[in-house]
Amino acid sequence: MATNFKIERRSAGGVRVLALDGYLDAHTAPLFESAIQEEAQAGNRRIAVDCTKLSYISSAGLGVFMSFIEELREAGGDIKLASIAPKVYQVFDVLGFPALFDMLETVEEAVAKFAEGPREG
Amino acid sequence: MPSFERTFSMKVPSSTENLALIRDFVSGIGAQAGFDENDSARLALAVDEACANVIEHAYQLEETHEVTVRVVVDPEEIKFEIVDTGRGFDPGQLNELQVEELIRQRKSGGLGLRLIRTIMDDVQYRIVPGEKNELRMVKKLKK
Repeated sequence: MATNFKIERRSAGGVRVLALDGYLDAHTAPLFESAIQEEAQAGNRRIAVDCTKLSYISSAGLGVFMSFIEELREAGGDIKLASIAPKVYQVFDVLGFPALFDMLETVEEAVAKFAEGPREG
Repeated sequence: MPSFERTFSMKVPSSTENLALIRDFVSGIGAQAGFDENDSARLALAVDEACANVIEHAYQLEETHEVTVRVVVDPEEIKFEIVDTGRGFDPGQLNELQVEELIRQRKSGGLGLRLIRTIMDDVQYRIVPGEKNELRMVKKLKK
């Protein structure tokens, strides 16, 4: 199955960083879902999603963030987003995601944000 | 841009793999119709959402069906018709829940429709029982 989407994973400061590359739509969202599922099952509840190379997101991709966020927060973790291109940010913004998720300029800021403790609100 | 109406049509198998093809098709026509790159990308997103809904809900992810995307461009507007022959599903019946509530209920189904309504100027759904379902979306050209 050819896809125009891939995920690279690494660790930084006790946080798992998932770098998304390409087009996140209904076709590729299951790959992202599996990746977060694997991290959660491995006990990694602090996840920073690096969107530097994310070219596109549709609601299927947004749905992955939504389906895991509550579970991770209840376990003391979170998903924070970083380095989102303006045209991708628009999609998050239209749906009110900035009020629900921390969105940082850089991955380093997202990783550092975890040290501040649980998200308020 | 020509002053007459032009029609473009694309028919693809009902696999999510083809959403990328559909987006390229739509953004290309959007650019030709006079939308800038950003607006063409938003049109492609709306059509992606509509087609993904068809594949997931009308065809239950079966890849053996067809999705038709018809685009009509005239000097006033660009009109999209997404046609399927699957299970009729009126997206207008979806509740307009807040995103916080959708998260609580672990539902993402309403998000695509919300994007479509934000991007397009008019959205209508028509079910012809036993024949087809048709989602019509219209975006006015900026003057």
